[in-house]
Amino acid sequence: MSTTQAAMEQQQQAAARMPAVENKISMVVFSGDLDKLLASLIIATGAVAMGMKVKLFFTFWGTAALRDPRKTARGKNLMSTMFGFMLPKGAPKVKLSKMNMGGMGSAMMKMLMKKKNVASLEEMLTLAGQLGVEICVCEMSMDLMGFKREEMIDYPNMKVCGVAAFLADAQTSRIQLFI
Amino acid sequence: MSTELKPDKVVDLKGLPCPMPVIQISQQIMTVAVGQVVEAITTDPGSLADFPAWAASTGQEIVGTDQAAGEIRFYVKRLH
Repeated sequence: MSTTQAAMEQQQQAAARMPAVENKISMVVFSGDLDKLLASLIIATGAVAMGMKVKLFFTFWGTAALRDPRKTARGKNLMSTMFGFMLPKGAPKVKLSKMNMGGMGSAMMKMLMKKKNVASLEEMLTLAGQLGVEICVCEMSMDLMGFKREEMIDYPNMKVCGVAAFLADAQTSRIQLFI
Repeated sequence: MSTELKPDKVVDLKGLPCPMPVIQISQQIMTVAVGQVVEAITTDPGSLADFPAWAASTGQEIVGTDQAAGEIRFYVKRLH
């Protein structure tokens, strides 16, 4: 049997094992930008209202938004300490992807949001937690950036996971997004 | 027609932008009995599209809509 044939057979077997699709949305939250994070959380909380189960997979730059500004982790090496210093320390510190202008743009956006009663990123995270939105944080990203579990926010349903966990969920979801 | 509807509960969602109106209605509808009607008052123009979309997805029914002076009133019947 050729390797292609073997691969095809494996794919067919995998397809036969595939569980049914649920009314669920799986989202990769890759971006660490305020605007994209807000969009992710608006879709996530909206999806709960629509009766869907929601899982957010935070990876790469996105993980920095889950740091708790009040917490510190000990025992980091020089590189991790530097990364920790350079990356935003949690949701209140993330910046807009455009028009940040040294922080002025982001500050203006936050003022506008407050004036127009739009929930802040921190508020959206709290709401998502209350609504039962599950969060998985990419283990590899956390390790790369030197983030430790004890410096992340207290979120009711947060786990550390890898790519297989995301794919297993994406397979059984009606909607998959990468933001 | 909808002005004659007598709601069993009134929910004030004025001033709340997306996604709050749909999140609120999805929670409030579960606080009344099946067959009862919730009146939701919003000022968010997006809810004109969002409420019917929410109802279609969740299997609840919008039995009436009123639009007046910047306020939108939805009469939502709990079907299940």
